[in-house]
Amino acid sequence: MSSDHSTYQPSTGFGRWMDQRLPIVRLSHDSFVSYPVPRNLNYAYTFGAILMVMLVLQILTGVVLAMHYAASTGLAFNSVEKIMRDVNSGWLLRYLHANGASFFFVAVYVHIGRGLYYGSYKAPREILWILGVIIFLLMMATAFMGYVLPWGQMSFWGATVITGFFTAFPGIGEPIQQLLLGGFAVDNPTLNRFFSLHYLLPFMIAGVVVLHVWALHVTGQTNPTGVEVKQKTDTLPFTPYASVKDALGIALFMLVFAYFVFFMPNFLGHADNYIPANPLKTPSHIVPEWYFLPFYAMLRAITFNIGPIDSKLGGVLVMFGSIIVLFFLPWLDTSKVRSAVYRPWYKLFFWLFVINAIFLGWLGAKPAEGTYTTMAQIGTLYYFAFFLIIMPLLGLFETPKRLPNSITEAVLRKDGGNTGNTPASAAATPDTRG
Amino acid sequence: MSDNTSTTDGLGETTGEPTRRDFLYLATGMAAAVGAAATAWPFIDQMRPDASTLALASIDVNVSAIEPGMSLTVKWRGKPIFIRNRTAQEVEEAKEVPITELKDPVARNQNVPGDALATDLLRSAGEDKENWIVMIGSCTHLGCVPLGQAGDFNGWFCPCHGSHYDTAGRIRKGPAPENLHIPVYAFSSDDVIRIG
Repeated sequence: MSSDHSTYQPSTGFGRWMDQRLPIVRLSHDSFVSYPVPRNLNYAYTFGAILMVMLVLQILTGVVLAMHYAASTGLAFNSVEKIMRDVNSGWLLRYLHANGASFFFVAVYVHIGRGLYYGSYKAPREILWILGVIIFLLMMATAFMGYVLPWGQMSFWGATVITGFFTAFPGIGEPIQQLLLGGFAVDNPTLNRFFSLHYLLPFMIAGVVVLHVWALHVTGQTNPTGVEVKQKTDTLPFTPYASVKDALGIALFMLVFAYFVFFMPNFLGHADNYIPANPLKTPSHIVPEWYFLPFYAMLRAITFNIGPIDSKLGGVLVMFGSIIVLFFLPWLDTSKVRSAVYRPWYKLFFWLFVINAIFLGWLGAKPAEGTYTTMAQIGTLYYFAFFLIIMPLLGLFETPKRLPNSITEAVLRKDGGNTGNTPASAAATPDTRG
Repeated sequence: MSDNTSTTDGLGETTGEPTRRDFLYLATGMAAAVGAAATAWPFIDQMRPDASTLALASIDVNVSAIEPGMSLTVKWRGKPIFIRNRTAQEVEEAKEVPITELKDPVARNQNVPGDALATDLLRSAGEDKENWIVMIGSCTHLGCVPLGQAGDFNGWFCPCHGSHYDTAGRIRKGPAPENLHIPVYAFSSDDVIRIG
């Protein structure tokens, strides 16, 4: 779907002069103006653009916050309070940054869910999907290290627990943990390096995003039918159709985001992080940020030894495995049909997966005991069964519904089967870079 | 690196013999790889615990005021150290537990051989001082600080993921794999413990 030849026509003398030397305007025009997108994209496809905005927002607020923050155990907590009380507009910038991280994850989960539902990971988009998983991993690392910086109780103990994962690996675990911490416990060297890496990683994310969008523009976007673009009537130019749709998606998303920033800025945080870090006292209940809760629940679900693997290592392997399995998704799904719209059984299992993920998130916030542990074990089992059993088998046993011959045909049928209608009618809903 | 099967000699004729050029490519490549590794090393090495962190002097703790049933927590190497003067009842409770019942039967005491069993005596400060127990207060699961005199075994309880330790700091229930670790320490006099 990448444009075969450019339609850009420089209109000024300077434009022509520039175009022969550095065709950057042509690149932008071909990528974001004339670029053809499937005409049936829905609002689920606007989250790529939303994520792009969130990344820029996090980098901008982060850079200015770093001008006031002090990465030292003696100063960090107070410097954050100083940002809140003394720095001009500091409260707004910090709340934007802290809630921005949460909303970044809201958007990325919708974006990943969209990919799962419409089969966006299938050939020929495996690399596109894998790059996305890498971005997700980088986001998790960035968010974790950012949460340590305010040096509150949850910062400290979250860092202790998460770096403690590495001690689960026999032999090499403890040296790795000391390499990460720069000491025997979370302390000043840890805070310093986390700050350095927290500043670096977003730019690495931006780099991988460039590759992600590049790969997207090579293969072209999927669409709700999962049928590839076949003819010119299947597509519309990115601008104005997709760009305006993206803009509306962004505006609505920002509206909800702003509500949190201005009216409930601490709702997604934990009150204990307003207590300065104390290495001698563990909070009674350590919980990670909400966006890590499903993974935390799976970590804690493994309370039994599996052969030579003790429960601690087992939990850590399950937690890492829950992300690693995503890398293999393009090959685990054996179905020839891409979109869940035409896969009745997959659709059912997909929504169960979503409910299960939310269920695991809820369990992650509960104490790890009694029936909660049993429920977390069932949830973990379904999480892995979805990828490792259901996906490979469904492709063999499921009878998909009849696919439309083309996107154009699908759009026209939606219009009430009135074949006399031109495809350019108002019901056409194109969209984003996703 | 180029392999030697498709090399050509100066006349363009294919021979099976490695040429001097092959050797130079190989040697250059090796030198570059070693150079890259040597250059990368300081960037990794700097992350390891630095001299000031490693040079943690041992600490002396005066325990003369700690009566039976009292505990003291001190900080060493950034981690809490539990020092407890156990009651006679706590010692008895710990002694009664057969080794076979323990999840981790190893003493985890740096002052005794590494394969020593986790008997109460080998977990404590030793003969005549069996009432004293000194441990790193860091749960062997994921490093939280357990709460004292709590849990199902009246010893320590980690609130993070529910690990229960008994009165000798041995893991009895929950996800932690090992007994609470015991650091290198000694009574330098009757009242003073030197840790480290």
